[in-house]
Amino acid sequence: MKIDQTSKKREHPLPPGTIISGKWHRNQYKIVKKLGNGAVGTVYLCDHQGNRAALKISSSGSSITTEVNVLKTLKKVQGNGSLGPSLLDVDDWLHPSGARYSFYVMEYVNGQGLGTFIRLNGDDWLGTFMMQLLGDLEHLHRSGWVFGDLKTENLLVASSPPRVRWIDVGGTTQIGRSIKEYTEFYDRGYWNMGSRKAEPSYDLFALAMVMLHVYHPGRFDKGNQPEKTLMNKLGSTRQLKRFQVPLKKALKGTYTSSSQMKQEIATLLMYRPQTSPKMTRATARKVTTANRDRSLLESISILIAAGLFYLFHILLI
Amino acid sequence: MKKGTLKQILLITDGCSNKGENPSAVAALAFEQGITVNVIGVLEDSQTEHDSGLQEVEDIALSGGGVSQIVYQQVLSKTVQAVTKQAMTQTLQGVVNQELQQILGPNQSLEDLPPEQRGEVMEVVEDLGETCDLEVLVLVDTSASMTDKLPTVQEALFDLSVSLNARIGRNRFSIYAFPGKKTAINKVLDWAPRLDSISSVFPKLTSGGITPTGPALKEAMYQFGKKSLLRSFRNENRSDVEEA
Ligand SMILES: Nc1ncnc2c1ncn2[C@@H]1O[C@H](COP(=O)(O)OP(=O)(O)OP(=O)(O)O)[C@@H](O)[C@H]1O
Ligand SMILES: [Mg+2]
Repeated sequence: MKIDQTSKKREHPLPPGTIISGKWHRNQYKIVKKLGNGAVGTVYLCDHQGNRAALKISSSGSSITTEVNVLKTLKKVQGNGSLGPSLLDVDDWLHPSGARYSFYVMEYVNGQGLGTFIRLNGDDWLGTFMMQLLGDLEHLHRSGWVFGDLKTENLLVASSPPRVRWIDVGGTTQIGRSIKEYTEFYDRGYWNMGSRKAEPSYDLFALAMVMLHVYHPGRFDKGNQPEKTLMNKLGSTRQLKRFQVPLKKALKGTYTSSSQMKQEIATLLMYRPQTSPKMTRATARKVTTANRDRSLLESISILIAAGLFYLFHILLI
Repeated sequence: MKKGTLKQILLITDGCSNKGENPSAVAALAFEQGITVNVIGVLEDSQTEHDSGLQEVEDIALSGGGVSQIVYQQVLSKTVQAVTKQAMTQTLQGVVNQELQQILGPNQSLEDLPPEQRGEVMEVVEDLGETCDLEVLVLVDTSASMTDKLPTVQEALFDLSVSLNARIGRNRFSIYAFPGKKTAINKVLDWAPRLDSISSVFPKLTSGGITPTGPALKEAMYQFGKKSLLRSFRNENRSDVEEA
């Protein structure tokens, strides 16, 4: 078999309006437009009886099957429904030319890329999204899986309310196995900072790289001392200063679970900066002085009253 | 299904063979004996995939039951890793398909099953790929034109070891260079469980023009041990996965 890197580019995209009909389940999908393509296949926005859905199609049946297996597992373990898009259908399509394609249909995540969203809506969202991701990762890890191919391109922000969602579960691997699919820039093995064994810390490294990538969309080389390169980049990224400690720990593989990292991020996010401390003390002083004045007045009036009563008392006798 | 050992030769070259027997024929022979031959062709920055004349790369892998890819050296690490893994899956899928045919009858393959059942079969393939033992012999063309690519090759091999050593199954790697001074191939690293110990650089370069890919492949075949070679001769039809 020949792996041809350029074949994807040569593969003609399906024109809008093409009808894909399933060989086994006989459902029909009308192609609306291409959403993207990657290592495994091409993803299209499609219409099924008036509903929008995303359809991933590939000539490699086994890759499709592997991803479908993961989506089915996620379906079983997901609680509030944010672990990957939900799976709607799996089938084969016989192209008029005689070629056979495998495809699956999933929920269409209508959203913006993570990087784009942050550039348009501000850095404040970063912490929130990290919390959301760490929550989802924690859930996934507890179920015995690691996401694997976590990267900015695989994260979409769905709107109202903004919620970060992951797509492309091609790298999702059972804990303890070797990571199925990864992207060099986000892979700790590539950076010489750990193994390619699926464990929670593998995802946390990639998550930290996602944060770096948001502010360095051009990526950067690893150089002769990969770890030093990363630490320097992290140190010099102004927008990430706030999260420097936990991100560093994630890169170094210090955390053994997402919840540890989430906890520390939460502490940083929940921290309430006090308004200028001088001001505060001054106001406080004013308040206490007022209180003291008031109590002085009260005691004097009580004293006078008592004195009057005493006078009356004496006069009456 | 029993766990077995997968055997692979990974040939990394940048040119066409010009000496000795036809490498595709040798690759076919290796495949007969249960050794898959994968080939990576490394391009010069000035070459394009089509004018490179590296058709041979594809042919060798085709005969050797393996996977081939032609790339620029910048993406070598990723490629070496992907080619090796894909070849494993391909071999295992072949074995599983064979097994399926015994159950379902001839000419039934994975694609003939409804999608629901396909998932279970793929799970078996994945389990095997994760747990089987693997022997990879890396055969590196060190003819003059490869000189400046060897540091990248070395890095790519280290990366391969990182990927494969994350698996549950055991690995054994060895590295040979060709052409040798007097022999067809030169040993760079004897069978070892990982490749991160290759501080030893590839031998300083040999002769100019000759690239005896065929003879080198043949010699490489023998490095898998004569004992196992004989055994795979005996159970020919189960040659893809030798039973442990
Ligand atoms: N459910 C979905 N909803 C909306 N868009 C999607 C969905 N799934 C995929 N896409 C879009 O299609 C693109 C390619 O999808 P995907 O990443 O799954 O393909 P791939 O072949 O596995 O690529 P790679 O492995 O290189 O990341 C994504 O980057 C995204 O823009
Ligand atoms: Mg993918």
